[in-house]
Amino acid sequence: MSNHVKTLAVAGALAAALTAHISGPAQAQEMEKCFGVSLAGQNDCAAGPGTTCAGTASVDYQGNAWKLVPAGTCTTMELPDGRMGALEALDRDLPA
Amino acid sequence: MTVRQHDFTTALLNPAAPVPHGLTGPAGRPAGKRFNVYRNNVAVSLTEALKTAFPVLRALVGDAFFEAMAGVFLRDNPPESPLMMHYGAQMPGFLAGFAPVRHLAYLPDIARLELALRESYHAKDATPVAPEVLLALPPDRLMQARLRLAPALRLLQAPFPVASIWLAHRQADAPKPAMRPEAALITRPGFDPVVSALPPGGGAFVAGLLSGQPLAPALAMAEAETPDFDLTETLGLLISGQAIIAIEEKVLL
Amino acid sequence: MLDTATHRHHHLPDRPGVGYKPQHFAAIMEAPAPVEWFEIHAENYMGDGGRPLAQLRHLAERFAISVHGVGLSIGGEAPLDRDHLARLKHLTGWLQPARFSEHLAWSTHDTQFLNDLLPLPYTAQTLTRVADHIDQVQEALGRQMLLENPSTYLAFAESDMPETAFLAEIARRTGCGLLLDVNNVFVSATNQQTDPRAYIDAFPLHLVGEIHLGGHDEDADDHGAPLLIDSHGATVVDPVWALYAYTIARTGPRPTLIEWDNDVPDWPVLAAEAARAAAVLDRVPA
Repeated sequence: MSNHVKTLAVAGALAAALTAHISGPAQAQEMEKCFGVSLAGQNDCAAGPGTTCAGTASVDYQGNAWKLVPAGTCTTMELPDGRMGALEALDRDLPA
Repeated sequence: MTVRQHDFTTALLNPAAPVPHGLTGPAGRPAGKRFNVYRNNVAVSLTEALKTAFPVLRALVGDAFFEAMAGVFLRDNPPESPLMMHYGAQMPGFLAGFAPVRHLAYLPDIARLELALRESYHAKDATPVAPEVLLALPPDRLMQARLRLAPALRLLQAPFPVASIWLAHRQADAPKPAMRPEAALITRPGFDPVVSALPPGGGAFVAGLLSGQPLAPALAMAEAETPDFDLTETLGLLISGQAIIAIEEKVLL
Repeated sequence: MLDTATHRHHHLPDRPGVGYKPQHFAAIMEAPAPVEWFEIHAENYMGDGGRPLAQLRHLAERFAISVHGVGLSIGGEAPLDRDHLARLKHLTGWLQPARFSEHLAWSTHDTQFLNDLLPLPYTAQTLTRVADHIDQVQEALGRQMLLENPSTYLAFAESDMPETAFLAEIARRTGCGLLLDVNNVFVSATNQQTDPRAYIDAFPLHLVGEIHLGGHDEDADDHGAPLLIDSHGATVVDPVWALYAYTIARTGPRPTLIEWDNDVPDWPVLAAEAARAAAVLDRVPA
């Protein structure tokens, strides 16, 4: 592709991208943009729920006190290529 | 019988450590379980912060596993700043070295993406370039121009389909992730960050723009990697994400 | 934009305020008269932009704002975190809040931030250190701060003065005011098996610039003694309302904050708590 043709192709790509955007919905007003969720990480000055075990349970992930097998979607999320790593149950990684 | 804050902290983070001497309940009895209130506050509040910070990581490994892992993480990596909005920066490295998940090699990249989302959420505001301004620029000048990108933009290039995995957990209708390397783009039109999977070559293109390359060399980098690089789709994501905030042209003398 | 917030609200009215939660933004903005002021936790507004700061700018246009720090570690053995102090200076600089307050507690050790308000012994040594830290804060921010009494779950054998005397002496040395958390008084007094009204009687009430009210949880220690937890996750209990009425009968009306941080309910629940505080305030002669 010559430089000229290339330049025109890029201009065409930009025009196509812009057209799709301009025909999109109008922008929300400033105040409405403020309505919405907050994302994580709030500091506060409250205490947790008493003396429950979260602060005192010894997390012994070397032993079997915790069955540390991921139970979420990573064990069921099938990916067509084995490069993803083993997604099957992870018993073999737990110490006896 | 001075209780130093060092000893207090050590006992706080280690449930097996004895409660420091010199801490008491009413009538001068040893504090005992009362100390656990503080242990619990630290563990619970940091675990909650991690749960909020890494929702997809949590979905991937499951609640029980995540909470147990958080208990290990928070003791190895207590926050280094009072800003809880940024807590968890060590998570990718932690996951890479945490034996029970070491073989799930994509988890660190998911954690990186979730960290980047929070950075984007709190990043400086910027006004996007009006579409008309972009359209009015003659093509040859456009090719030599630098597109300055919004402070809230983040790019994460991964050997895994990092954006697709994330989207599959956040959107009911998202397609199943296909195994391939992928570049995730985070833009923030308004105040809510948006995750997109860039088309092949898109990661190189956006990386080029971020490093200050004009459009033409950034495009060349993308096409060197992916000959049929989809520029329209990539520019569309940048424009709809309000991510182009200035067009900088070299002044010709 | 960040540097041009309008500052029409220079002092906190002696009325109820509410601890601001982002999920209440729409309800607050759409209510004709929600409350007269809000308190924010400083650390949540130290990002560079985005929705948190945009919400805060809108809030500050309509309401008086009190900034409440939760991470400065004023009671820490180590020097104050200069970076954090600079962030506080930036926030209070552009926002020009009606008040700034922090806690008689520590939360940072070495480089570790523990995200909890941890207790300190009350001795001549800690008094000097806390007073020095407050001097630095007030100098850096160019304003008086309020120091809040903590909820405590244990005591230090080495303490040789009561908390009330410690706070009074800190205020005398530094010129700071005090934030009296009435729920904290009730929680600590129950946990230490002392009389909460005696604490109020001993408190330097003329220095109280703001009052806090919040909910707590009930637990028990190893010996079955009551152990109250300052969880901010429920309504204010009747004995704390009674202690509040007892307090403001002595101080006169003061700005009074409803705090709710865990299991945060919808806005009307907080508005009802604020209305209850208003009813108590209305019965007190100014």
